Amino acid sequence: MEYFVQQLINGLTLGAIYGLIAIGYTMVYGIIGMINFAHGDIFMVSAFIALIMFVALLSIGLTFVPLALVIVLLVTMAFTAVWGWTLERVAYRPLRESFRLAPLITAIGMSIVLQNFVQIAQGARVKPLQPLITGGFEVMEHDGFVVNLSYMQILIIALTVALMWVFTLIINRTSLGRSQRACEQDRVMAALSGVNVDRTISLTFVMGASLAAVAGVMYLLYYGVIDFYIGFIAGIKAFTAAVLGGIGSLPGAMLGGMIIGLIEVFWSAYFTIEYKDVAAFSMLALVLIFLPSGLLGRPEVEKV
Amino acid sequence: MTTLWEKNPILRVSHLTMRFGGLVAIDNLSFDTGRNDITALIGPNGAGKTTVFNCLTGFYKPTEGMIQLTHDDGSEFLLERLDDHVIARRARVARTFQNIRLFGGMTVLENLMVAQHNPLVHASRFAIAGLFGLSGYRTAEREAVELAKHWLEKIDLVDRADDPAADLPYGAQRRLEIARSMCMKPLLLCLDEPAAGLNPRESDQLNQLLLDIRDEEKIAILLIEHDMSVVMEISDHIAVLDYGIKISDGTPEFIRADPHVIAAYLGVEDEEVA
Repeated sequence: MEYFVQQLINGLTLGAIYGLIAIGYTMVYGIIGMINFAHGDIFMVSAFIALIMFVALLSIGLTFVPLALVIVLLVTMAFTAVWGWTLERVAYRPLRESFRLAPLITAIGMSIVLQNFVQIAQGARVKPLQPLITGGFEVMEHDGFVVNLSYMQILIIALTVALMWVFTLIINRTSLGRSQRACEQDRVMAALSGVNVDRTISLTFVMGASLAAVAGVMYLLYYGVIDFYIGFIAGIKAFTAAVLGGIGSLPGAMLGGMIIGLIEVFWSAYFTIEYKDVAAFSMLALVLIFLPSGLLGRPEVEKV
Repeated sequence: MTTLWEKNPILRVSHLTMRFGGLVAIDNLSFDTGRNDITALIGPNGAGKTTVFNCLTGFYKPTEGMIQLTHDDGSEFLLERLDDHVIARRARVARTFQNIRLFGGMTVLENLMVAQHNPLVHASRFAIAGLFGLSGYRTAEREAVELAKHWLEKIDLVDRADDPAADLPYGAQRRLEIARSMCMKPLLLCLDEPAAGLNPRESDQLNQLLLDIRDEEKIAILLIEHDMSVVMEISDHIAVLDYGIKISDGTPEFIRADPHVIAAYLGVEDEEVA
């Protein structure tokens, strides 16, 4: 029982990180119908920006962790947003009216570009960061097995819930969110209603990238090591989460992230850790076969 | 023949030509749209009417010609040079399509709010003030809802404000499209076959709505329509197109009697139905 609760906590934490990345996939798919395969690498870039920021702040003697964390979060979100914006502007916008596969191929290209750029600029070896947020609560104890809920895990889950809430408000309540949903349904008509479609799409990339940045900071703090390749696996998992939840649906992406996180953690805990990715991706195959529109997605209706 | 609409037109189309490869869709077309008039653009299928609309609203860049829009205050816009959202926002031209293009998954009210995106985006400082519910944004939002409500009353859909637009019956969707365009506070409203698929009662309601818009909002309406009862009843001015060429231009009485029109258009009406 204690073992189970511990794995549940771990799974939810991992799921929150996947969910944050998955939102970027799902929003971009919703608005322009393309899978941004470079999104995982945007997440990876953000983790590196965060690492550089932490090291810089520690080296100038700023050791008060909460303040450092807030600064790093804001700066990383800002820089990563610029990366996301640039990516759309340089690689996707020129191809928007092109055939469907073209932006998909550039997305894979951009993913490779980002990986290699970081590999050259930062080196191929793993980069460690000393643990900054340590400690936690003992939730329960039985026969010497202690269930731990670390402050880091609380931070990740709380931040994710808060961001979900903010983003749901933006999408449902503000005119920016309304114009995003309008672009999602009919880009031409949205433009004729006076919505600046290009700007709306750019802002969608910016929003997705800044959520990935939060995930990047959290990943760095939680695991303590990063390398130039983390974006690939995390990106594919988040993509799986987005599809599982129903691509285009914001709560779906979060739910999908949680499910993928839980599957992965429980599989590692009760079966074999080597096959955890197999378990997660088998889920993708099953969903695509039996529930192609995902858990919370709307079935696709072809326009006549 | 009167030339009222030529005196101070809101829209002046001069020598407009649109070619697609070897196909000439519009050939040297010139016409004026009077301020506060209902102008109808008619012609057999394939005459190039929708192409004219597409040039007006920035969908196509015309091969040749000039499309000049003049606001009441004298400011001029050359529509052939502007992007679609600029035409909608700054030149204040709104349009509808032959097929219904509502944002089906959004509610009726939200459809009308999207059309007021621009004043709201300015008031919301790009979503930041909107998120925190600052007072400037709240006022702007309240005004937007008021305007939406005004048009919902006009088209008799207040009860269904929170239903998804796709759930409305066909005739109501047509009316909602016009209301959405009106929420953009346009000076020129372009309607592409607004009466298509309407029953006679709905068609009468539409006529009344368009006449109300002309008389109360004092704006110009440019209309493509096949339904002659609508065209003859409400138009102040009609231009007739055939194979991309203007064959007649005048009041409904003049058009009705013009032998060119009878030959090219009214004479083959039965064929067109089949």
